[in-house]
Amino acid sequence: MLVSYRWLNEYVDLTGVTAKELANRITKSGIEVERVEALDRGMNGVVIGHVLECEQHPNADKLRKCLVDLGEGEPVQIICGAPNVAKGQKVAVAKVGAVLPGNFKIKRAKLRGEESNGMICSLQELGVEAKVVPKEYADGIFVFPSDAPIGADALEWLGLYDEVLELSLTPNRADCLSMIGVAYEVAAILGREVKLPEAAVSENSEHVRDYISVRVEAPGDNPLYAGRIVKNVQIGPSPLWMQARLMAAGIRPHNNVVDITNYILLEYGQPLHAFDYDRLGSKEIVVRRARTGETIVTLDDVERKLSEEHLVITNGREPVALAGVMGGANSEVRGDTKTVFIEAAYFTSPVIRQAVKDHGLRSEASTRFEKGIDPARTKEALERAAALMAKYAGGEVVGGIVEANAWREEPVVVTVSLERINSVLGTAMTKEEVAAILSNLQFPFTEDNGTFTVHVPSRRRDIAIEEDIIEEVARLYGYDHLPATLPVAEAKPGHLTPYQAKRRRVRRYLEGAGLYQAITYSLTSPDKVARFALETTEPIRLALPMSEERSVLRQSLIPHLLEAASYNRARQVENVALYEIGSVYLSKGENVQPAEKERLAGVITGLWHTHLWQGEKKAADFYVAKGILDGLFSLLGVDHRIAYRPAKRADLHPGRTADIWLDGTVIGFVGQLHPATQKEWDLKETYVFELALAELLNAESEAIRYEPIPRFPSVVRDIALVVDENVEAGALKQAIAEAGKPLVKDVSLFDVYQGDRLPDGKKSIAFSLRYYDPERTLTDEEVAAVHERVLAAVEKQFGAVLRG
Amino acid sequence: MKERLYELKQEALRRIDEAKDVKALNDVRVAYLGKKGPITEVLRGMGALPPGERPKIGALANEVREVIQQALEAKQAKLEQEEVERKLAAEAIDVTLPGRPVRLGNPHPLTRVIEEIEDLFIGMGYTVAEGPEVETDYYNFEALNLPKGHPARDMQDSFYITEEILLRTHTSPMQARTMEKHRGRGPVKIICPGKVYRRDTDDATHSHQFTQIEGLVVDRNIRMSDLKGTLREFARKLFGEGRDIRFRPSFFPFTEPSVEVDVSCFRCEGHGCSVCKGTGWIEILGAGMVHPNVLEMAGFDPKTYTGFAFGMGPERIAMLKYGIDDIRHFYQNDLRFLRQFLRV
Repeated sequence: MLVSYRWLNEYVDLTGVTAKELANRITKSGIEVERVEALDRGMNGVVIGHVLECEQHPNADKLRKCLVDLGEGEPVQIICGAPNVAKGQKVAVAKVGAVLPGNFKIKRAKLRGEESNGMICSLQELGVEAKVVPKEYADGIFVFPSDAPIGADALEWLGLYDEVLELSLTPNRADCLSMIGVAYEVAAILGREVKLPEAAVSENSEHVRDYISVRVEAPGDNPLYAGRIVKNVQIGPSPLWMQARLMAAGIRPHNNVVDITNYILLEYGQPLHAFDYDRLGSKEIVVRRARTGETIVTLDDVERKLSEEHLVITNGREPVALAGVMGGANSEVRGDTKTVFIEAAYFTSPVIRQAVKDHGLRSEASTRFEKGIDPARTKEALERAAALMAKYAGGEVVGGIVEANAWREEPVVVTVSLERINSVLGTAMTKEEVAAILSNLQFPFTEDNGTFTVHVPSRRRDIAIEEDIIEEVARLYGYDHLPATLPVAEAKPGHLTPYQAKRRRVRRYLEGAGLYQAITYSLTSPDKVARFALETTEPIRLALPMSEERSVLRQSLIPHLLEAASYNRARQVENVALYEIGSVYLSKGENVQPAEKERLAGVITGLWHTHLWQGEKKAADFYVAKGILDGLFSLLGVDHRIAYRPAKRADLHPGRTADIWLDGTVIGFVGQLHPATQKEWDLKETYVFELALAELLNAESEAIRYEPIPRFPSVVRDIALVVDENVEAGALKQAIAEAGKPLVKDVSLFDVYQGDRLPDGKKSIAFSLRYYDPERTLTDEEVAAVHERVLAAVEKQFGAVLRG
Repeated sequence: MKERLYELKQEALRRIDEAKDVKALNDVRVAYLGKKGPITEVLRGMGALPPGERPKIGALANEVREVIQQALEAKQAKLEQEEVERKLAAEAIDVTLPGRPVRLGNPHPLTRVIEEIEDLFIGMGYTVAEGPEVETDYYNFEALNLPKGHPARDMQDSFYITEEILLRTHTSPMQARTMEKHRGRGPVKIICPGKVYRRDTDDATHSHQFTQIEGLVVDRNIRMSDLKGTLREFARKLFGEGRDIRFRPSFFPFTEPSVEVDVSCFRCEGHGCSVCKGTGWIEILGAGMVHPNVLEMAGFDPKTYTGFAFGMGPERIAMLKYGIDDIRHFYQNDLRFLRQFLRV
C-alpha cells in the first residue's frame, strides 16, 4: 500500500510528525514501512507555461519551435520534441537553471541551430512512473487543465511536494489497504483523532428501482450488493489533485468516473465498479456462479472461459463482469457514457481467490476482496462515490440505493483482564495504560475491576480473541518496554538423543577421515531418482514441479553427490571426497506420508594422498573407500558383525563392488562407478558408497569393558598360503581365525602376490598370526600344534598350501 | 730418570693433543702405555737405581702413566663427541620442506551453524526434535492456525504432492507434533532443525530448499518477556556478548502476538554499515507467543498453558556470520567453498 503523506494528513493531523518519523513510528508499532519516497526527487524550477506559438522546427522533422509564456518577463522560445505539443496548451516547463530528477540541470541550449530556453516536460521526466501516467500523455508531454495559472509551480499542481510511504502489509492487516484504515492506525499511534470524509449525497426525485433491480443468487459469495444510478454524467478528466493522488498510489488515471471509483477504493478500501447503464442490456443485475462454458471479454479485451467456480455479475442473460476482479468490455464506461450504475459489493474471499488464480488476474479490487473488506463501510463508500460523481462528473444522483443484503453484522466482543495481559506479556501495565491504548485505537470498551470488555470495530476483522487484544496492547505499548526474563521452571538438562549424538560422531569421524560434508537437493529428476538406491518404490512426484529436473523425491543421495563431483571437476577441482547424510523418500502409497530414511553416502575421486617431494602419490581406490567404512564400523562397535560380499549393482563396476552386510541384512554398498556411468557424469575413476544410517546407528553395540593388558609375551608366526586366485582373502582370514581359536588373537593380512613365481591361476596370501595366552607364556610346541591345526583347516577348506 | 719421565709426559701430552682421530689417539696409547712403551722401559731400568730412589721413581712413573691415561680418556671423549656432531651435522634436513599432509574434511557451514545453535539451546535445557520433511497439510498448515483458504497460505507457495501431502514449508509442523506427544502436559522445550521447501526460483537470495530451526517452549506461566530474555541470551552467545535484540511487531498465523526479532549489528556495533544496511539492526528471527488455537488443537489448554515459539534460517545466519553473498553456494558443494569452513 502506497500512502501519500499529504493525503493522509486530511484524515489525521500530522502536524509535527515528518514522513520519516511517521514511517518509524508505524514500523515500530507493527506495519513495516519499506521506504519513504519524496515525489519531488530534488526537482525545482518547473512552472506552468502557456504555449503561445508552436511551429515546425526549420531544421528537424521531429522538433517543434514553441513560444512559451512563463508568467514572468518575455515569453521564451523552447524547442520541444513531444509529438503532442500544441499551441494553447498549459504545460510543465523546466526553466533554464531548473533541476530535474537525477540532478539533471536545464541549460540554455541550441537545438539544430535554434535556441531553446528550457524544456517542456513529460510526467516521466518529472519522475512519475511510466505505468501510472495517463495513456493520452504516455508518449508525450503532460497538458494541464486550461485554467491552470501561468507561472505557478508545476510540481505543486501535480502534487509532487509529497512523500509516499510504502507499507508492507501482513495478511491480517487488510484494514490498512485503505487511507481511512491507515488513518485509524496512525491515529492510534499518535493518539490523535480521525476525520472521516464527507459522504452526503443530494438525490433527484426519481427512484433507482425504476432503473434497475438486483438479485443475488449466490449470497454466500456475495452477502451484500448495493448500487446507485448517476445520470447525465460528462466523461472527462478527473480533477488534477485526484489524478495526482491516484498516481502517487500507483494507479493510472483514466477518466472522472473510473478515477472516482479508484479513489474510493483507495480511500475506503471498498472496490467499486462503474457500468455504462445504457449498455448493460437489461434493467436487472443478477449475481450468480458462472456456468461451465460461459465466457466473458474483460476490460483488457481478453476472452475468459468461466466455470462454476467463478462468480459473475450478469444482466440476467450474460456476464457483464467477473465479480470482484474485472469488469466486462461490453458495459465499460466510455467517453460517450451518460448514465452510470455504480456497484458497491462485498464478495467473499474464496470465490475471488479462485478467479484470480484461474485467470491470473490480480487487481487492486481483487486483492482487497481476497484479503477481506469491511462490509460495514460498503454503502458509505457508495454514497461518497455518488457524491463525487455529482461533483466532478456533472452527474445527477438518482434517488435511493438498490441492494440485495444478506449480510448481518455480528458484533465482536472480546474480554480480557489486566492480569492476563500482564501475565502473558511479562509486564506490569496499569489499567490506565491499557485503557489509553484502547482509546487511541478507537475500540469502544468498558472496564470493570480490571476486566476490559472490548467492542471490536468491523474494520478490524483480524481481532477476535483475547490474544488479539493483548497483541494490540503490546505493540502500541511498545516492545522496547518489554522486560527480558528467562522462563521460570524446573531446570532439566537438555541433550541430544543417542541417535543424534552418534550421528554427530559419525560426521566428525568422516570429516577427520578426509571427507567434506555436502548438502544436496532432495528433489531430483525422474531419470535419476532410483539410480543407486538401496531400496526403490514408485517415485514420489510433485503435483506442480517447477522443472522436470526437480520433480521427484530422491531415493539415493549418490546421483547428486556425483553431480557435485562433476561440478567440481568442471572447475579444475579434480580431487573430490564428499559425504552427505540426508533422507531418501520411499512411497508407502498415494496420499500417505512416505518413509523417510536417513542415508549416509560418499563419493571419492581423484588423488587421495599426495606428498610429491617425498614421492608419495596415491589415487583413490576401492580400498580407500572401504578403509573409511571399516573405521566407521569400528567406531560404531559393529565391525565384527560386518561382512563385505561381492555384488553386482547397476551403475557400478561388476568386479569392484561389495554389498555390506550387517548380521543378516544388506545395509549398504561400496564400489567403483561403472565406466559408462563415470562417463555419463563426466568423471574419472570414482568410488561411491551408501549406507542405511538408521540401521547402523540403531545397531546395538557393546559397552566398553576393559580387558587386561597382556602380561605374557605373545608369539608371532607368519604364513604365506598359495590358493586358487578366486579364493577370497576375507574367507581365508576368517577360517584361520576360527581354526586358531582360542590362542590365535589376531590375524592380519600383509601380502598378496600373483605372478611369475606362482603357477597360473594361483595366488599367495600372507598372514601374520599372533598367539597369546593371558595366563602364561606359550611354549613353541603349543604354538606349533595350533599352527598345524590352522594349516590343516585351510588346506581342507581352500586347498591352501604353504608357499615354499 | 726423573727427567726422562717428565720428558715422556710432556711428549705424550703433546701427541695426545695433536691426535686428530680415534686411531691416532690409539697409536699414542700404544706408544706410551703399551707393554713395550717407554714408561715400562723406565720401570724396568729401575734395578740400576739405588734402593732408596726406587719407590720415588716408581711413584712418579705411575703418576705419569695416570696423567697420560686421563688425557687419553678426555681426548677420546672429545673425539667421540666431535664424531657424533659431525654425523648429526651431515644428517641435517630442511625443516621448511612441506610436512606429510593429513587429510582433513570439515562440516558444511550450515551444519556448523545448526550444531552451534543446537548446543546453545541444549545448554538452556532444550532437546532436539526432528520430524518428517514430507508433511500432511494438517500439520504444515491447519494445526498452525492456517485453515484451507487462509490468506496467509499465499505467503508460502508450496510443493504439494497430493492435496493432503506436501513438502513442509517450515519446521513449524514440529510444534504441533511435539505438543501432541506431550498429551497436554508441559513443559515442552524443543528446537527443531531441518530442511524445508518452497516453490521459489533459485537465485542469489532464494532457494527452493533451505533449512530452518524452530524453537518451542510451552509451560505454565510462559511470558513474552521470557521470549525476549531467551532470544537475547541466544543472540549474545551466537553473535557476541555485547549484542542486544529488539522486537518489531509482525504477523504469523500461529503466534499471537507475533514479532520479528532484530539483533544489533555485530559488524558495526549498531552504528550502521553495509551488513545492517545502515540501520544498526539485522533481522534474524520470527517469533511470538503460541496462538491459543495452536495450543488447543495440539491438546494443550490455553487457559493453563502459554508458550513461545521462534524460527530462524541457518542460511541467513551463516551468510551474515561468514559474509556469504549467494545462497546457492550452500547447495553447489563447490569444494573451494566448503573447504573454507575448517577452522574451529
